Amino acid sequence: MNIYVLVKRTFDTEEKIVVSGGKIQEDGAEFIINPYDEYAIEEAIQVRDAHGGEVTVLTMGGEDAEKQLRTALAMGADKAVLINTEDDLDEMDQFTAAQILADYLKDKNPDLILAGNVAIDGGSGQVGPRVADLLDINYVTTITKLEINGTQVNIVRDVEGDSEVLETSLPLLVTAQQGLNEPRYPSLPGIMKAKKKPLDEVELDDLDIDEDDVEAKTETIEIYLPPKKEAGRVLQGDLSNQVQELVQLLRTEAKVV
Amino acid sequence: MTKKVIVLGEAREGALRNVSFETIAAAKKISGGGEVVAVLLGDSVQSLATEMIHYGADRAITVEHPHLKTYTSDGFSQAFMAVVESESPDAVVFGHTALGKDLSPKVASKLKSGLVSDVTDIEGEGADVVFIRPIFSGKAFEKVKIKDGIDFITIRPNNIEPLAHDASRTGDVSSLSVDITNLRTVIKEVVRKSTEGVDLSEAKVIVAGGRGVKSEDGFEPLKELANLLGGAVGASRGACDADYCDYSLQIGQTGKVVTPDLYIAAGISGAIQHLAGMSNSKIIVAINKDPEANIFKVADYGIVGDLFEVIPMLTEEFKKLKAN
Ligand SMILES: Cc1cc2nc3c(=O)[nH]c(=O)nc-3n(C[C@H](O)[C@H](O)[C@H](O)COP(=O)(O)OP(=O)(O)OC[C@H]3O[C@@H](n4cnc5c(N)ncnc54)[C@H](O)[C@@H]3O)c2cc1C
Ligand SMILES: Cc1cc2nc3c(=O)[nH]c(=O)nc-3n(C[C@H](O)[C@H](O)[C@H](O)COP(=O)(O)OP(=O)(O)OC[C@H]3O[C@@H](n4cnc5c(N)ncnc54)[C@H](O)[C@@H]3O)c2cc1C
Repeated sequence: MNIYVLVKRTFDTEEKIVVSGGKIQEDGAEFIINPYDEYAIEEAIQVRDAHGGEVTVLTMGGEDAEKQLRTALAMGADKAVLINTEDDLDEMDQFTAAQILADYLKDKNPDLILAGNVAIDGGSGQVGPRVADLLDINYVTTITKLEINGTQVNIVRDVEGDSEVLETSLPLLVTAQQGLNEPRYPSLPGIMKAKKKPLDEVELDDLDIDEDDVEAKTETIEIYLPPKKEAGRVLQGDLSNQVQELVQLLRTEAKVV
Repeated sequence: MTKKVIVLGEAREGALRNVSFETIAAAKKISGGGEVVAVLLGDSVQSLATEMIHYGADRAITVEHPHLKTYTSDGFSQAFMAVVESESPDAVVFGHTALGKDLSPKVASKLKSGLVSDVTDIEGEGADVVFIRPIFSGKAFEKVKIKDGIDFITIRPNNIEPLAHDASRTGDVSSLSVDITNLRTVIKEVVRKSTEGVDLSEAKVIVAGGRGVKSEDGFEPLKELANLLGGAVGASRGACDADYCDYSLQIGQTGKVVTPDLYIAAGISGAIQHLAGMSNSKIIVAINKDPEANIFKVADYGIVGDLFEVIPMLTEEFKKLKAN
């Protein structure tokens, strides 16, 4: 089976966000594989181990994303591809990202593509379904269970806490929800092997893409931190007084009850 | 410049979800005085159309088809695109619900348009409209403008105030018939886990419990308080993973994103993935044994103490208040 995983390099979940000059400061920040993409990588490896084939992890971004791709290879992916847009694109949005990823994939005949359901930085959840639509293949989002028999696919997906049980077929794109699996940590031999696995780099020139065709449709005009909340009030004194005070505050100060 | 804006109403178990009315309010701002058209897709939605008009839509279009009884991206995108073709809107608004999240990127792709997802606020009107959305799990916000093509957004439930219901408003309700073919997904079963009563994403008051609640029974005092306040019970991932409650109660990045007036977090440490789902709440109350717990950093009011003491006392105090 020909399996692709869309992997995004994101800020570490715990990273503090600093805005300066209208941009998020990246200096010194830790980067990780988007957590939902880790579920996607793990599932891809399990599908390959059960059905044979090859797992390719695909990232669009800058040179720095090689680190996350190596981690995916160390987990057990077979090949990695970086579409390096560093020199070609200043502005991009989900439209841009999906166009580029889909263009790369269009002649690769993937049977199964896995993505994360959402990136914890940009947070739109658009890229997976957009790529599927551009490739004209079906997609199922926020999956928590995947079973493949031949070309038939049985899926359970999370719909606001309800579980939807459905049937579809390959080729298919799915997006991973937490609960799909427990991603493995790269093992030491895995890390050693990953160094020798192929990591290809392509640029927009190598693709069939004109920069104008992928120009962003949206523009971020400002990035800012939420207004600093005044330090919350931790109530003091005897517990029953605290409770009385809280109810008073909720009624008269906050006016929410 | 005025714009023609289409909103997609969303029904659940035969009734419109609140976010449908919020999409109308959002559309009004975007339209800058232009027309707001409500669209309803389903197997039987005709009767819901006037409700959309009462909440401010100028007219409504229904598309009814047996294949639209349950949502599939193929079925709904075909139906919605048929409406778009006949109406040529300047802007489109969906709710950022499970359905809206799944459908909007596909429609945007077909329209070759941008899409601003999970909008919590709108500034300006008409041609100057700017959208605000949280990024980095709510740790920052961005203002986004559409440069090219139609304005397409999804709005986070419970953030944009719906217009007042006005039963005297009238408007045209028409129906459009469409062919729906080639459904590639077959829904076999929907295992409903969502509890009855108030929809979490629409609740004005949420009492949420975490691993500190310690058992399924431990949720009982939280339920009592939530019922008294006309609210809903929520939970952290920790509580769901420990089997104290169902995953349908989960709040956070993986679970539901909520914006109630009052969020009471009991026995929840305040992990960033949990905060991503509730930090926009108007007022946050934290009850935790550990004074160092991260949840106190986002709380407006905090009580350091045992939730099994504090929650029942709170319930009693609210009962007294109600009695007066
Ligand atoms: C000036 C500027 C420069 C930018 N440069 C970059 C950049 O170099 N790299 C970058 O990733 N973003 C960059 N972005 C942001 C970019 O527009 C969005 O990150 C991108 O469109 C994805 O949107 P999202 O974060 O909402 O992802 P979502 O749609 O929430 O992501 C869902 C899933 O799609 C897949 N996915 C998303 N993005 C990628 C990707 N880049 N490669 C592979 N799979 C992906 C992953 O599986 C992910 O879990 C830039 C934005 C601006 C304004
Ligand atoms: C990709 C990813 C996605 C995630 N998505 C989500 C999500 O959507 N939602 C979510 O919630 N989490 C999510 N998580 C998990 C998150 O990181 C935390 O593990 C989780 O939120 C912890 O739950 P908790 O606060 O209930 O448990 P804990 O962190 O164990 O905290 C329990 C708290 O209860 C307090 N306590 C104990 N006993 C009492 C008592 N008697 N009275 C008062 N206080 C008491 C303790 O002091 C402690 O602060 C996600 C994680 C990952 C990796």
